[in-house]
Amino acid sequence: MAFAAFASTAAPPTDAPPRRRSPVALLLLLPGILYLVLFFLAPLVSLVLTSLQAPSEFGDIGQYSYAFRWENYVVVIEQYWPHILRSFGYALTATVLALLFSYPLAYFIGVTTRRWPLLQSLMLVLVIAPFFISFLLRTLAWKQILSDESFLVTSLKAVSLLAPDAHLTGTAFSVIFGLTYNFIPFMTLPLYTTLERLDLRYLEAGNDLYASPVQVFRKVTIPLSMPGIVAGTLLTFIPAAGDYINASRDFLGGADTQMIGNVIEANFLVLLNYPAAAALSIILMTVILVIVGVYVKRSGTEELL
Amino acid sequence: MATGAFADRGADLELVGIQKRFPGFTAIEHLDLVIPAGSFFALLGPSGCGKTTTLRLVAGLEDPTDGRILIGGQDVTTQKAYQRPVNTVFQSYALFPHMTVLENVAFGLRRRKITDAVAKAHEALRLVELDHLAARKPVQLSGGQQQRVALARAIVNRPALLLLDEPLGALDLKLRRQMQLELKNIQEEVGLTFLHVTHDQEEAMTMADTVAVMNKGMIEQMGSPELLYELPRTAFVANFLGQSNLFTGPVVGETSTSIAVDVAGRSIVVPKARSHRHGGDVTIGVRPEKLSLHRDLPAPDSASNVLGPGRVTDVSFTGVSTQYLVAVPGLGTLVVFEQNRSAGPIEGEGDEVWVTWNVEHGFGLDDDPAAQTEKFVADTTTQSLAAQRRADLLTELEEA
Repeated sequence: MAFAAFASTAAPPTDAPPRRRSPVALLLLLPGILYLVLFFLAPLVSLVLTSLQAPSEFGDIGQYSYAFRWENYVVVIEQYWPHILRSFGYALTATVLALLFSYPLAYFIGVTTRRWPLLQSLMLVLVIAPFFISFLLRTLAWKQILSDESFLVTSLKAVSLLAPDAHLTGTAFSVIFGLTYNFIPFMTLPLYTTLERLDLRYLEAGNDLYASPVQVFRKVTIPLSMPGIVAGTLLTFIPAAGDYINASRDFLGGADTQMIGNVIEANFLVLLNYPAAAALSIILMTVILVIVGVYVKRSGTEELL
Repeated sequence: MATGAFADRGADLELVGIQKRFPGFTAIEHLDLVIPAGSFFALLGPSGCGKTTTLRLVAGLEDPTDGRILIGGQDVTTQKAYQRPVNTVFQSYALFPHMTVLENVAFGLRRRKITDAVAKAHEALRLVELDHLAARKPVQLSGGQQQRVALARAIVNRPALLLLDEPLGALDLKLRRQMQLELKNIQEEVGLTFLHVTHDQEEAMTMADTVAVMNKGMIEQMGSPELLYELPRTAFVANFLGQSNLFTGPVVGETSTSIAVDVAGRSIVVPKARSHRHGGDVTIGVRPEKLSLHRDLPAPDSASNVLGPGRVTDVSFTGVSTQYLVAVPGLGTLVVFEQNRSAGPIEGEGDEVWVTWNVEHGFGLDDDPAAQTEKFVADTTTQSLAAQRRADLLTELEEA
């Protein structure tokens, strides 16, 4: 039977439909389907059910029973809408900053250093190098660098670039900085893979057709690197919106910089309000899905991807 | 000059003392060239001879190491590519894959802020008979259609000078013919100056008014296709433009109108008007289709040259004509084309034949045989051309 399946793919009969449902193919798919059902679909259903739970009537704190309490969503949105907005605001800012930083870097590695493969590889290693150290450690290091007693902050205060009573840690600045810093490799690598394949003859054609270097960049280079831009921004924006490390008080955040991830963490681990945590998770997921859907559709990269 | 308005006519192109060096090699040694406005000029040569570099210099995609470029009398050497009134049809077409055909064609017009860009783009597409595909993306077109779009995208801008970089290279024979015709029509209609770079001698000869044969960064000979074919100046031209039978020997006799050259013991006569050199060692030649074969030694005749006897070593039938290879002792192998006026090949392999041709059909080269023949002959064999092409492909692959 296995041989028959091979034979049918090697030489599909021209008149018969080429896709034949083979039991072998289904059998091969089974582990994957099983995995998805067990570790994605089931938890998702469980999450939805949890988000609709109501407190047990005679239970302790943290004891809930299944119900259909849709008010849970209304309650968490009323209570936490500033955190939700802040999360997407921070994630968006960090994504834009990471893009502005990574594009020239990726262009340099992918296009300028094409003639020197050794330099190109070295630059790529440098981009990936931070991954060799846990990002918790790296974020903690930044906490040290940005802390009130640090050389950086005292120097900035000495030259009056920073007010004497100002802080860097615990501010929106340091959280966005941390997010940007941590996600720059995720932005740079997809941009690099697109720019590395960019055919420079298109740029020459643009030049030949009266487009100045700036116009060539806007009309040719950017559109042709859209797949990398979309991949990089998604890889940055999605995890950044749900991030809870950078904004955490233990790292770069403060009381006024809490993001939705921190709220979910607090509800789940401290307040033991599982339905609220679940509802917030679903809201986060839905908003990201909608934003990403609209973004991919509008960027028109389906055929370039 | 580049922005605002169309060029109303083609412009002269003048290259003065152009030299181009790349790290490691010199692409163009020294180039002086004047292309009059409205002409169809072809630069012909094997790959690596510097013709594409010349084109890129004119387009502004490379800067010359030395020399000046003038278009319509104006020095454009320091102008960037986008400032020059020049458009290029690239060998790879380089159509923007993210734009429709129409957007591609309108690109140059929009950059120059020319009114009615869309209408003019449609007009250009109608000229190449592709207006019905205006909304397609380039990947949805065939190679020939892409080529026509690339052409429309260039001519829609009415450049003073249109550069064509082997634009027909990827097309099959029938499409090539069609496009060649179309290019000629467009040139007559629009009156642009065309600079066409190609390694295809047939393409250059059928399309261009003037052909310059380039080799190793220098122009070997320039002139009308008929002149280059009838009176090649160097062995390279004689062999690159069609085939030639070349013989070298000392001049042994001279009249007021002709010289006699000793070739393997036989005296071969060439008119003085058709020979660049009249004394010393001379390389003379004759085209294969001017030769005729005879089974018996023909009667002596002052109007024709005779070589032989030789033996036919190969006969290949090509339809219109038959190609014979005739080995003549002391001379090497001659190539002979005979028209198939009657049915099929007349001579057979192994036959003993004499070769004759009309004295008026010979030509004498300008090359100094002692100094140069070897170099050029070695250069034009199919094997070395193939090896060169292979080396080029390899470097291209490495770059990509």
